[in-house]
Amino acid sequence: MSDVLEALINVGVLASAIRIATPLLLAALGEMVTERAGILNLGIEGTITVSAFGSFVVADKADSLWLGVLSGVGAGILLSLLMAVLVSSIKVEQVVAGLALNLFGIGMAFYLFRAFYPQTGGEMPRSDTFDYAEIPLLSDIPAVGEVVFSQHWLTYAAILSCPVLWWTLNRTQFGLELRSVGNNPAACDMRGINVTGMQYLALAFGGLMAGLAGAFLSVFLSGLFFVDVAAGRGWIALAIVIFGNWRIGRILAGALFFGYLDAYQLSLQARGVEVPHQLLLALPFVLTIAALVVNRRRSHEPLHLGVPYFRGER
Amino acid sequence: MNGDGADSVLLRARGVTKRFPGVVANDDITLEVHRARVHCLLGENGAGKSTLADLFYGVHEPDEGAIELRGEPIHMVSPRDAIAAGIGMVRQHFELVTPMSVLENVVIGTRGEAKVDLRAARGRLGELCDLYGVEVDLDTPVGDLAVGQQQWVEILKALYLGCEVLILDEPTAVLTPEGIERLFATLRRMASEGLTIVLITHKLHEVMEISDDVTVLRRGRVVRTSLTSEVTMADLTRMMVGRDVDLAIDVVEAPRGDLVLDVSGLDVATESGRGSLKQVSLQVHEREILGIAGVSGNGQDALFDVLVGMKPADAGRILVDAKDIAELSPAGRLEIGIASVPADRIHQGLMMDFRISENLILGRQRSDRFGRRGWLNQKGIGEFADDSFAAFDIAAPSPAHVTRVLSGGNLQKIVMARELAGQPRLLVVHQPTRGLDIGATEYVRRRLVEERDQGAAILLISEDLDELLNLSSRIAVMFDGRIVGEVDRRDATVDRIGMWMAGVSGAPGEALA
Repeated sequence: MSDVLEALINVGVLASAIRIATPLLLAALGEMVTERAGILNLGIEGTITVSAFGSFVVADKADSLWLGVLSGVGAGILLSLLMAVLVSSIKVEQVVAGLALNLFGIGMAFYLFRAFYPQTGGEMPRSDTFDYAEIPLLSDIPAVGEVVFSQHWLTYAAILSCPVLWWTLNRTQFGLELRSVGNNPAACDMRGINVTGMQYLALAFGGLMAGLAGAFLSVFLSGLFFVDVAAGRGWIALAIVIFGNWRIGRILAGALFFGYLDAYQLSLQARGVEVPHQLLLALPFVLTIAALVVNRRRSHEPLHLGVPYFRGER
Repeated sequence: MNGDGADSVLLRARGVTKRFPGVVANDDITLEVHRARVHCLLGENGAGKSTLADLFYGVHEPDEGAIELRGEPIHMVSPRDAIAAGIGMVRQHFELVTPMSVLENVVIGTRGEAKVDLRAARGRLGELCDLYGVEVDLDTPVGDLAVGQQQWVEILKALYLGCEVLILDEPTAVLTPEGIERLFATLRRMASEGLTIVLITHKLHEVMEISDDVTVLRRGRVVRTSLTSEVTMADLTRMMVGRDVDLAIDVVEAPRGDLVLDVSGLDVATESGRGSLKQVSLQVHEREILGIAGVSGNGQDALFDVLVGMKPADAGRILVDAKDIAELSPAGRLEIGIASVPADRIHQGLMMDFRISENLILGRQRSDRFGRRGWLNQKGIGEFADDSFAAFDIAAPSPAHVTRVLSGGNLQKIVMARELAGQPRLLVVHQPTRGLDIGATEYVRRRLVEERDQGAAILLISEDLDELLNLSSRIAVMFDGRIVGEVDRRDATVDRIGMWMAGVSGAPGEALA
């Protein structure tokens, strides 16, 4: 029993919570921006997988972690632009397109993986990984230094992107236009805002963030690629957007909390504590449903989310 | 006249009021529907007809007042209660399961037995069809039927559930002239068999043709209920469009200036064919308001859309200051000074979840006044919002408030403040006062006149004849996508315009009604 309690505030658990939260936060922020422009992109699980592979294979073959990250991001953007063509130009049903993107992304990533690394039966191929970026002085603070200031550079970047993103959405012309498109595309169109263009940009940004999430999984965390590398993180990111009620602060809190839940259940398993960890894994979704119910009256869901826009249709 | 007595009253609204955010859809409505008669609810779009029907059918509950059936107040929280009480309704948008057969669709919603007895249902439905002379193949999937036929399925559904009162919301909108004839013949037969019919329409000649009684609604209120035999079409027109002496604006006209908008031979097709434009030509000059009158659905939407760039024209020319603007996007048109106030201010004009200040600058967020190098200039936006609040007398706690909380009148003021800020050369206004209260209506009208005096050319599309007579320099009337008549304000009369609106052409013997 004391194990169960001790793990709650264990420094290692807290540090790994932030680590685990990083890809969730990145993907959720990207998805939030996409949704604010009115596009529901259900394809982020697939995008993360493709990007994880893109990062892994380039980092391994070109022997450059930075090129790896770059190609992961590129793959994420490309896949999201495919989504943009489907939903914003051709105006395919967004749910269908998103699900198709998942199947396509995961299938293609695994196909390419096998093409580059024919199965040999030996050990799994492994790329380099980034080292932790310990911040001088701050990382020497007891406990806090280990939990907060000894993380990967991408973790710092993800957290710093929260205020930047908030500022961009709320204080810039671009942000106002983007939010407007998700709220009332007809009014935007009549006032001269390029609805399709905005949705392409929003999706591209979502792809960039999902791409970083994918890169984080392969060339930061493990140095490995496998089919299930995303392990449902894309779906949890979608849940976090809803849980966070499309607000950046709450999305950050949600990502950290869900990351913490995962870290906690992992540490319980490692200590051999007999708790049904499946329950803890299911908790994000249960909480998301609860948040939906609680937020029903003051939901910040974009009014035009998921509905294709046709000019001149009433 | 089979009974003026109180005991023949089947359905009654007693002082019914229904509010929606920003509008009073029904305002203290009292009306009686008599047994075995055809009762028309007549009114313009937004007059409150459909809301009243929804109250009769339990879709909404009245905020005040009560619905009574057979003299007893009935409390309905859903259509299920209405059906149980014997009220049936065919709504404008059908609620059918298209892959399923007519028979299956009709049986949906009947309950009581675990097993659906399709054989018995077929028998009963056959009887109903015979009784009222309805011809529909019961085994055809509903999706394969024409729209007019689908309406019969909706009617059969209501009858099958055993309704005593059948409410039809604009049933002729989807029918051909022959279809309308058949429907009306059937409705008459139903009434003679003891069924009570409530028919919602905005078409005058239908009222004259089918109904025993008619209630005219205007701006959510009952104007009058009369025996159809005792009123003329001209009477009904006057009641429908109203005569608000209070709202008369003292218009002193300056001589008009140069030609601004020159439209000729404009054709716009729509998918259904309804609401298309056929060979529309019109001109608007500086310091002039051209009013477009017409019953809704006669091409006004298409005219607005094609002028603001939301719809391409299939043929014809649109010149603004002698330049062809056909290829210009909505943004491009905005740039050359074409401003517009859409009829549907919520769906086409505003972002309800956004701040008021954000709505006020929508479309000009990249202008120097409101931003620099990508950043929004909060101070500039705040100043502009404060100016707009003062200039347009917007009643809201602050510009930072969410737009959703405002009343209809204030919503419209926001749209007007935004559109008028650029000193437009051409202003295209669609239904600017629909759903607004008296005060806001008067304000909006005054602003339009001011804008005209400052030199703008204004095209005012409205269904409110009073408004048009008040504000326009000239009035053109649209019917079935065409301009069927144009008249100078000084020569305009309600009767003359009313006849054009009803599709009765000026030339003798050319009655379209």
